[in-house]
Amino acid sequence: MQQTISIIDSMCHGTKSRKFWMGTLARTNAKQLRQALANLDLAPEYDYLRSPEIGMTMVRGRAGGKGQQFNLGEMTVTRCSVKIQEGFVGHGYVAGRDKIHAELAAVFDALLQSPKHGPMIFESVIDPLSREQKEKRREQATKTAATKVNFFTMVRGED
Amino acid sequence: MQENALNTVTPGLKNPAQDNQRIFRAILLTMSRPGTVTVLGNWAEPPTALYPATAAVCLTLADMDTPLWIGKNGPQDVQTYLRFHCGSPMVRKQEKASFAVILDGTDLPDLTLFNQGDLEYPDRSATVIIQVKTIEVGRGVKLTGPGIKNEMQIEVGGLHPDFWQDFRQNNQNFPLGLDVILATPTEIVSLPRTVQVEV
Repeated sequence: MQQTISIIDSMCHGTKSRKFWMGTLARTNAKQLRQALANLDLAPEYDYLRSPEIGMTMVRGRAGGKGQQFNLGEMTVTRCSVKIQEGFVGHGYVAGRDKIHAELAAVFDALLQSPKHGPMIFESVIDPLSREQKEKRREQATKTAATKVNFFTMVRGED
Repeated sequence: MQENALNTVTPGLKNPAQDNQRIFRAILLTMSRPGTVTVLGNWAEPPTALYPATAAVCLTLADMDTPLWIGKNGPQDVQTYLRFHCGSPMVRKQEKASFAVILDGTDLPDLTLFNQGDLEYPDRSATVIIQVKTIEVGRGVKLTGPGIKNEMQIEVGGLHPDFWQDFRQNNQNFPLGLDVILATPTEIVSLPRTVQVEV
């Protein structure tokens, strides 16, 4: 138990863990986040630094993950930045046009940085959410893998 | 901690779309009527070194395509504020800036180092926003030129006395040259390059 807590503690202070929870928050939806916030019973007060706004961003890719960079296309992104009373600034960047989702993601990002609430929220919100997402992905991957078709060409007899 | 620099950021404009339009309108008015003082008011809540009027001008005009120069001694909180809300890259070299903010009008850099535009595109020159203490109309230096009926007089407190000499030189270089916006905490006055100054 001691070990888990220290792992979470160290995670809460790194950029890596912030990336992780911001990603998890972005992949959930507004409804789930609102429910999670209500369950926390914190009712955090916050100000907008940047009220939710919808914009476009260019998604870039590499062919096969290692070729030349190319522009895949633009996607709609909603972002929001808030400052909670403790002074932490949270940012939410989510795909799509859901302003509430972006706002809730920003609030959670701010709360997760706070040493007082952060580890608790990580354990009670982010952890289960990421497990759920992982499970869904695995399920999807299994389903997809079952339909995989291998194409092959018969070796022509050379002699 | 570097990561926490953002925690000092204060909010920008409340309704960016509408507020920007109003401020833009006000800036346009002062640019077309040089020497006219326009009250911008407290639109934004910037860090103390940056006046609300200056912040309003920056928030409205500057974006990711317009590099901002704020000088070597620009306080960290001001830089973070402008970078966050405007999205502008901060440049160290004066000649690369599209907009420059001079926080203290009595401590001017060499204004000729800013981008003066070129003959094909004189509009690509820099716009310099200078923070001053007071602006009073009706006495002081005489301004004439396009957009001014007969003449205007303004007296500016907290501005280096050499500024007017430099600005006269700036006018001689027309069509090249800088456009200047003088800002007190709540007001602005524009001095486009067409303004002729008589001390």
